[in-house]
Amino acid sequence: MPAPNPISTAFWRGFRHGLPFLLVVAPFGLLFGVAGTEAGLNMAEVMGFSILVIAGASQFTAVQLMVDQAPVLMVLLTSLAVNLRMAMYSASLAPHLGPAPSWQKALVAYFMVDQAYALAAADYETRPEQSLAEKLAYYAGACAPVCPQWYVATWIGAWAGAAIPPEFALDFAVPITFLAMIGPGLRSLAHVAAASVSVVVALVLAFLPAGTGLLIAALAAMITGAQVEIWVARRRAME
Amino acid sequence: MTGYSPLEIWIIIIALGIGTFFLRYSFLGMIGKRQLPEWALRYLRYTPVAVLPGLVAPLVLWPSGTGGEPDPARLMAAAATVLLGLVTRNTLFGIIGGLATLYLGLWLVG
Repeated sequence: MPAPNPISTAFWRGFRHGLPFLLVVAPFGLLFGVAGTEAGLNMAEVMGFSILVIAGASQFTAVQLMVDQAPVLMVLLTSLAVNLRMAMYSASLAPHLGPAPSWQKALVAYFMVDQAYALAAADYETRPEQSLAEKLAYYAGACAPVCPQWYVATWIGAWAGAAIPPEFALDFAVPITFLAMIGPGLRSLAHVAAASVSVVVALVLAFLPAGTGLLIAALAAMITGAQVEIWVARRRAME
Repeated sequence: MTGYSPLEIWIIIIALGIGTFFLRYSFLGMIGKRQLPEWALRYLRYTPVAVLPGLVAPLVLWPSGTGGEPDPARLMAAAATVLLGLVTRNTLFGIIGGLATLYLGLWLVG
């Protein structure tokens, strides 16, 4: 039996690790297709979001703000704010994938969804001896069961969405999707504090033009999270 | 989506796509081992929990499906979703449980 090719070993390891996320990505994409259609977008526009942006939470944010008739600039600023975390992903992967050619890094960047990042960061941590080619193969493997299915699920959702009657209360499917993303994100006291400030400020400032209150709330919440983190670390250090 | 022209919709899609790409490419593209300063990472860590709860809070309290009137079924569904997400640490379970609670609530309360 010939020695297994390390590149393909890495690819299939990534593929296996990425496969369970299919269970999350498919319904989520379906829901985006439905939400986009319900909001009045046509098939090309819904698919445009999923193919050009390929970042679920920010796509939902953009569609919701468009339903609220927010100005174009507010839609963009708020949706991009949701994706700010990806700069952090990029910084974290840079030491591993930085030496790759630009076109490969562009592909890595395009497919940098939460799941692909989380898997890659964990794998590079546990197997630091990997070559650059193996790391890239693992990344491609992790993306393969997740990213293409995002497009397909969106398409099915957009196609089926128009046929779903209002009794199903799909107006509330989008809030439920957001709420379901918040729970797992509340990892520490600082996260809970940030989320609480975000809710309170957004509700208090709800009378402002669409999107404005949310932007202020998000800023206040980020500062809160960072400050609470510093405060908790100081308390720990003193003990 | 009556308030936007097709051009405006495509501006939103394309600009969001380009902006998101550059956020993802930012540090990878600049090569090297340059790390973000600790204070910047500290703020970035909180962006998802800073944006999403504020976005969703008014939608839960004043849902569009009821014309902005608070609705017990939707409030229950919202609470169940957050709770399930917290306990299971799994987005999908949160969505399924939330939708189940919503339909149960709508069926019970009407």
